[in-house]
Amino acid sequence: MTESEGKPTWQQIEIGAIITEPGSARQYQTGDWRTQRPTYAHERCIKCGLCSIYCPEGCIEPNEEGYFEADLFYCKGCGICARECWTKAINMVEEE
Amino acid sequence: MTQRVGIEVSRAVAIAARLANVDVVAAYPITPQTHIVEDLSEMVASGELDASYIPVESEHSAMSSCLGSAAVGARTFTATASQGMELMHEVLYVASGMRLPIVMAVANRALSAPISIWGDHSDVMSVRDTGWIQIFVTNGQEAFDNIFCAFRIGEDRRVLLPVMIHLDGFQLTHVIEPIYLEDQDKVDKFLPPNEYPLPLDPDRPVTMGAFGPPDIYTEVKKAQDVVLTSSKEVILEAWKEFGDIFGRYYSPIQCYRCEGAKVLLMTMGSFSETAMSAVDAMRDDGNAVGLLNLRLWRPFPFAEIRQAVKDIDVLIVFDRALSFGGPGGPVCSEVRSALYNLDKKPKVVGFVGGLGGRVVSLAGFREIIERGTRIAKEGTEQEFEMFGVRE
Repeated sequence: MTESEGKPTWQQIEIGAIITEPGSARQYQTGDWRTQRPTYAHERCIKCGLCSIYCPEGCIEPNEEGYFEADLFYCKGCGICARECWTKAINMVEEE
Repeated sequence: MTQRVGIEVSRAVAIAARLANVDVVAAYPITPQTHIVEDLSEMVASGELDASYIPVESEHSAMSSCLGSAAVGARTFTATASQGMELMHEVLYVASGMRLPIVMAVANRALSAPISIWGDHSDVMSVRDTGWIQIFVTNGQEAFDNIFCAFRIGEDRRVLLPVMIHLDGFQLTHVIEPIYLEDQDKVDKFLPPNEYPLPLDPDRPVTMGAFGPPDIYTEVKKAQDVVLTSSKEVILEAWKEFGDIFGRYYSPIQCYRCEGAKVLLMTMGSFSETAMSAVDAMRDDGNAVGLLNLRLWRPFPFAEIRQAVKDIDVLIVFDRALSFGGPGGPVCSEVRSALYNLDKKPKVVGFVGGLGGRVVSLAGFREIIERGTRIAKEGTEQEFEMFGVRE
């Protein structure tokens, strides 16, 4: 057995794998699928928010200064934001 | 008062569903299941049955509707056969995976091509691994009785699984048999209301049928397998209580005239009664033969089968379905596998026949038993032999 820590055993699974806690998908770290990570050149960003609209994960929001950035807990690294960015402010780099 | 009446078995099955007080019937008509759902539709239209009848556009939709109604905790019934069951195939897995206690009568019929509306067990075997509890019935009374048992078993908190009742197309669905149609009071005593523990309810929101990533799927399937296997205890309990109330007792395998027999034939469904007559005739001639009528197909009754064959020399298994290019009859292949690790086991001889409505007569079963015994004696068993095929 590997990586079993904190995960339910078969005896602990709810009937038919029903999820009884609403909104629990929030806990699902899709960010660990990522092989590429978005990086930002804020000097080119016009804060248009198109990246946020195109993000299939819905994980891009403005930071305190109004620059749009992905939440890396959820960002799968698909690169759609970089492709759609008008000003080429987003650049995808390999995850280490 | 309980009355014994001559009635078409399909109509008796519909009456059983009514007496079980079903809330929802979602079904699409297909030969030879049609009379079951036609009658239920009329009962709902006339007000005789207070239920919703959903006239869906296909079997895929029928089973999908059943998922929804079972998920809100409604007692849900449907029926199908053959191509219809194939069309709902993918949804069958969802019903068992989501642990929804739907009951479905299956009027067993062959699969195309060529088109055959007649009976065999090809449709049963194609859904063997869908995770449903599956019970074969031998006659009309068993079909009627097991509708109640199916709801009682499936809805039990320790089980929560869908249940198929397999009744042979035409040979059962379209014959008129004398059947004890039971009282509502007695049925209510046996069958408590359905109380699904986690129904869809806006006041207590849950997510059903969600994504199961690799780190959870295996555990869910293990849990599902354990619950299906251990449902046998609940099935035995339900059949016992059914017998105590109604006077008719059922078991995973019916051993017919097995006392002192060294050769046993195994059959399932309506053909078992013909095979019993063959056994009677052979017993009259002084042959120590008997019959195992397999009722419980899933969960597979390993212990009962091993017990039933422990003192015999030859077991002949007659299948009404063919695993093409494989071991022949699916039941025979599972029985063989169940016995393989035993030190002392009978020789197993498999026959496949009765396909697409082909009749196997009393004389036919006699021939099967005699031929099977000879093959075992000569030691020339193969995977299977096709019975009654023109060469």
